[in-house]
Amino acid sequence: MGTGGLIDCDVHNAVSGDEELRPYLSQRWRRHMELVGSRTFSPFTKGYAYPKAARLASRRDAWPPTGGLPGSDLDFMRGQLLDAYPVERAVLNCLFRAPEQRYDAYGAALAAAVNDWQVEQWLERDERLRASVTVPFEFPDLAAAEIDRSSAHPGFVQVLLYPRTAAPLGRRQYWPIYEAACRAGLPVGIHAASTTPGPITATGWPSYYIEDHTGLAVAFQAQVVSLIFNGVFDRFPGLRVVLLEGGFAWVPALAHRLDALHARLGEEVPDLRYPPSHYLRTHIRITTQPMEEPERAADLVPLLREVGADLLMFSTDYPHWDFDDPYRAFRTRVPPDLRRRIMHDNACATYRLAS
Amino acid sequence: MGTTIRATGAVDCDVHNAVPRLSALFPYLPASWVDYCRETGVEGFDPAFYPPGAPLSARPGSRVGEGPPGSDPCVVRDHVLDGPGARYAVLNCLYAVSAVHNPDWAASMARALNDWQAAQWLAADPRFRASIVVSTRDPHAAAEEVARWAGRGFVQVLLPASTPAPLGQRVHWPIYAAAEAADLPVAVHPGVGSANPLSPVGWPSHYVEDYACAALTLQSQLTSMVAEGVFAAHPGLRVVLLESGVTWLPSLMWRFDKNWKALRREVPWVDRPPSQVIREHVLLSTTPLDAPPGLDHAWVDRFLTRLGSVEMLLHAGDYPHWHHGNAPTALLEQLSPAERELVLSGNAMRLYRLPEEAGWAQAD
Amino acid sequence: MTGSHRQVVVAAADEIPPGGRKIVDVDGRSIGVFNLGDDYVALRNTCPHEGAPLCEGVPSGALTSPRPGVYHYERRGEILRCPWHQWEFDMRTGRSWVDPEGLRVRSYRVTSDGEHVVLHL
Repeated sequence: MGTGGLIDCDVHNAVSGDEELRPYLSQRWRRHMELVGSRTFSPFTKGYAYPKAARLASRRDAWPPTGGLPGSDLDFMRGQLLDAYPVERAVLNCLFRAPEQRYDAYGAALAAAVNDWQVEQWLERDERLRASVTVPFEFPDLAAAEIDRSSAHPGFVQVLLYPRTAAPLGRRQYWPIYEAACRAGLPVGIHAASTTPGPITATGWPSYYIEDHTGLAVAFQAQVVSLIFNGVFDRFPGLRVVLLEGGFAWVPALAHRLDALHARLGEEVPDLRYPPSHYLRTHIRITTQPMEEPERAADLVPLLREVGADLLMFSTDYPHWDFDDPYRAFRTRVPPDLRRRIMHDNACATYRLAS
Repeated sequence: MGTTIRATGAVDCDVHNAVPRLSALFPYLPASWVDYCRETGVEGFDPAFYPPGAPLSARPGSRVGEGPPGSDPCVVRDHVLDGPGARYAVLNCLYAVSAVHNPDWAASMARALNDWQAAQWLAADPRFRASIVVSTRDPHAAAEEVARWAGRGFVQVLLPASTPAPLGQRVHWPIYAAAEAADLPVAVHPGVGSANPLSPVGWPSHYVEDYACAALTLQSQLTSMVAEGVFAAHPGLRVVLLESGVTWLPSLMWRFDKNWKALRREVPWVDRPPSQVIREHVLLSTTPLDAPPGLDHAWVDRFLTRLGSVEMLLHAGDYPHWHHGNAPTALLEQLSPAERELVLSGNAMRLYRLPEEAGWAQAD
Repeated sequence: MTGSHRQVVVAAADEIPPGGRKIVDVDGRSIGVFNLGDDYVALRNTCPHEGAPLCEGVPSGALTSPRPGVYHYERRGEILRCPWHQWEFDMRTGRSWVDPEGLRVRSYRVTSDGEHVVLHL
């Protein structure tokens, strides 16, 4: 890398099983866990409607020899990631299925348990770690309460949402989340995740994971469209949104499209104070993994600049199968100043990391 | 800023002819459906996707007479053929008959719409060409409708971008088989033929969001058609993405190619990088073109390199829709004369097998 | 090591049964030796894509399709999928599936006298 420290903006710590959360649940929810447990949008207790590229969507070499799931063993993670690369800080995004619970109160209880578990098992065991607050985001009042509660711990640097929501995230129903995030001074991260109430297209369910994964980019774009045109950034001027694992090559075309549409149809959304691209540049940050791979590798640097040198933040997505190696992911020479911003500085500013 | 580009001799690949009122279709509709419409109080299928009062839906000067913009063949002829001196105009009627749930009703309305297009539009001027409107609710009925019209002034099959199921899925393949057999491309245009939300994450609040997300829906449909193997099963099929915004395509191809390297085993019939499949089978109309305001030569050069070929682009006015900016014209200005000729007419003449002299005679 | 040919005994034959593998270190190079049943093959244990330990990947089969919905699955255990990004490599040639001409992993000849497995560098 040759440019010093790295902030890895997307690392997945895993809860190895329900039982790991038991100590963090009240008797009532322990009993619920035994009785019916997880009720999400998945038709299976264990399987997947779209099996991922690899078991648990993970690198095959990321299964800890001590047992447990990839991302569940801090020591093993240190060896494969935190110590293997010059990681100054890593932001943990735990994807345990708390936010996907259909029963609101159980989802809220699991989210609180996940956050308490993150503090005890991760944040207080390695000073390089930061984490995202898991929230039951489809129930924004409960989510806001969890943000208020958990954000007291300085290790939490973000609120975590998924892009596949019941309604577009700009809608009024989600505003209590943004209000709480602003109150806590935290950005809201939106991270690719799997089970969902709706398909990844506006035209129904595709057949294959390759479509689902390719389609994640359009789900993220739809959320950007919604956040901007519903005036979320005008209403919450301090709000910052981080898009995690949704790609970034689509940014220039979308920005041009939204600006042109705003010029023609802006009367419909008179409260917008700026052209849409302004909000993209000032309120939205985007992580790099899975790194875009233009057909000609040399096209990457112009693309990075088109998207914006201040928008992009490096991420590995460890321990998932489409992991980006910090030394290899760019496949082309990136000028040192640009590289440093992407690998380090932009994340420090976004997450207010001292460095 | 004098525009140096004249569209004289161009083929305008996206012109929207409108149904003046529902009763205009009654002469072409079986009596049972006429009475059904009357008795149930159906007033028409004017697409909510283009709100009549929204500036994007109708450019200044297109609101002439009583009917909706684009409903008078004489006015449209003046505005898209005689005015700019176009050689041909391809009519894509967006009357949203495929959004009804009843498959028989939808198919009957589509049939009536095509009869009406033939009688009122194709007969009005030999430079008009039209797209066969079909409903995806009953793909076999849609295939019959394609076969019925092939070679009679209809040069393409038109599908709405928003469908009940992804367009690549096998249920739709009878439509592609019929199109391939008739040597007609299939066009996908923003519009509603289902009850699905208009964004991949649920119903948006505003029209501007609906329209912004149309580009996303087209990306999903293209992804589906490639992944499901539509082009492997129908190697002669061409797909035209209309009014898509265009410039998102390189980013989709990169992501799709990258995923294909890892996940191609799921779809082993995709035996080449998806970008290659797309370049062999897909064309796009240039209006609107999601581009920066001051689009210069360097931008165009980079865009075309990433896209892969100027032969994928089709000139379109998108009458009567009114887009912001002049990106399509600016694009043409930056092309070499030979490239410009391809975009303005050459690509379309070949794709639609249009004769040099306007008329209905089919090229062999 | 000026000569192009050097032989190193890397395992006893019974250490690598058919379908098995052994990852060995030779002069600081990590190399995976596989027994395909009728033959041994060896590949550099570094994916030419992003540097993953390729030889820790899953040996799978060759999947092709003459048309959508029809699956031809052959050569089970001879296509190695990278443990990270799941790119496929033909274990007999080292060639990647998606770019056989442009992207390949270094492969080595392996022989056995029935008692030892010998890597030819």
